Amino acid sequence: MNPPRSEIAALMRSDWGRLLSVLICDLRDFDLAEDCLSEAFSRALIHWDKGLPRNPQGWLIQTARRRAIDRIRHIKTRDAKLPDLTLLLDQDAEGMVHDIPDERLRLIFTACHPALDEKSRIALTLRTLCGLTTGEIARAFLDKEATMGQRLSRAKTKISAAGIPYKVPEPEDWEDRLQSVLSVIYLIFNEGYSASSGDAQIRHDLCEEAIFLARQLDNLRPNVPEIMGLLALMLLGHARSPARLGTDGASIPLSDQDRSLWSKKLSVEGINIIQSALRLGRPGPFQLQAAISAIHTEAPSFADTNWTEITLIYTRLMEIAPSKVVELNRAVAISFAASPEHGFRALPQDMDHYQSYHAARADILRRMDCTDDAHTAYDRAIEMTINTADRQFLIARKTSL
Amino acid sequence: MQYLLLIYGEEAKEPQPDSPEFGPWMARWAAVSETFEKDGVLVGGQALMPIATATSVKLRDGKTETMDGPFAETKEQLGGYYLLDCPDLDSAVKYAAMLPVAEYGTIEVRPIMTFD
Repeated sequence: MNPPRSEIAALMRSDWGRLLSVLICDLRDFDLAEDCLSEAFSRALIHWDKGLPRNPQGWLIQTARRRAIDRIRHIKTRDAKLPDLTLLLDQDAEGMVHDIPDERLRLIFTACHPALDEKSRIALTLRTLCGLTTGEIARAFLDKEATMGQRLSRAKTKISAAGIPYKVPEPEDWEDRLQSVLSVIYLIFNEGYSASSGDAQIRHDLCEEAIFLARQLDNLRPNVPEIMGLLALMLLGHARSPARLGTDGASIPLSDQDRSLWSKKLSVEGINIIQSALRLGRPGPFQLQAAISAIHTEAPSFADTNWTEITLIYTRLMEIAPSKVVELNRAVAISFAASPEHGFRALPQDMDHYQSYHAARADILRRMDCTDDAHTAYDRAIEMTINTADRQFLIARKTSL
Repeated sequence: MQYLLLIYGEEAKEPQPDSPEFGPWMARWAAVSETFEKDGVLVGGQALMPIATATSVKLRDGKTETMDGPFAETKEQLGGYYLLDCPDLDSAVKYAAMLPVAEYGTIEVRPIMTFD
């Protein structure tokens, strides 16, 4: 029996990103900070066998800093470049947890810097802020651990060699840079949500990691409407998880989901957050998508959904963030708000290589009783579907024609 | 930190010396150089003669081989550079975006290697 083990794991879960963000600030070196924090946690497993110290975070920071000093003393050439760490030790005596600063904003903006490629931003964010191991990240993205390790190491090298600053962006860059952070978080969520393939459990965890990140961001910078919009959007989507897969493993579309399975807790939280965000009067793409999701959440059934309002919001979304996908979703909304024929006429052009286009088109044609055309459209959609659950669903729909 | 801003543009898209656009175009470059200088980041910078004047050189088996033309035949070609001393990449990127070529070409920002 080793009681603190689970407590240490919980601490690692909740505090890894925050402790790492402070260490990177001291050391200006991602790798060194990560290694020393890992070592501090390993030491905690040995030293805390009789229970947690009074100030676990303080202990971990101190231990990691001592490790860093030892290491730096070994690498003499680095001495000149690094700050005098002995000062740090005196500064931060154990027992002063409230004095440990929080540098996670710097960390997330650095990890999501647009000078890094998108996949590296995702991996680095999961590694540094969520504390996922390289192996876990590799499994979630169906990569080899060695490949993922190289990717992370290249990203960290670029940060230091190219002089990517460890700071919160200047006000004039804030909007653009925030977009980069939010899109990384949303990509993590979608990777988990659409579970295109791979280990379902790990993928499900990605949704929770993304929500965890958005919550952190919302705590660090409260009342930023798009941060709130993204958090609400993910909470509302995640609330439906228990209803999204049938016992046979096929995905269940919104129209057929058992709404009593949707998580009340997450739904209520999501709706409250999106309402507060919209009250701030600065709507953006994530808020509008969350608003649409909230209308679905509040609808008693698929048929009794306020499709007219959903169509209006999609129209607004087309104005501020036009895309083929938004246009497609708007056409689907119109097919329910007005008629399948109206929806069909609103379908976007040039989306032939999108699976979602063919799936939506097939469904609209089915509802128009154009059986032959629907048949062909389902075939196209099935052909383009990699995800087993979605394939099963589409095949069933096609068979029922 | 020092950064080299490699300016890749299309010569065909640039105003020719005898065109009415040439004067204002050169004035923009001058203004940018002035900003760099005023901000204290300018270390150096030059424009290059057109690629028609380029010669590529390599040494193979001890023999110097020369070839007419640039290193690679691409649409966008290196047309000049600035060497800046900036606090970090964000700052270097901000200056790179001020260069007139950034509007249609690409500026590659590369940190200078230091040996210590």
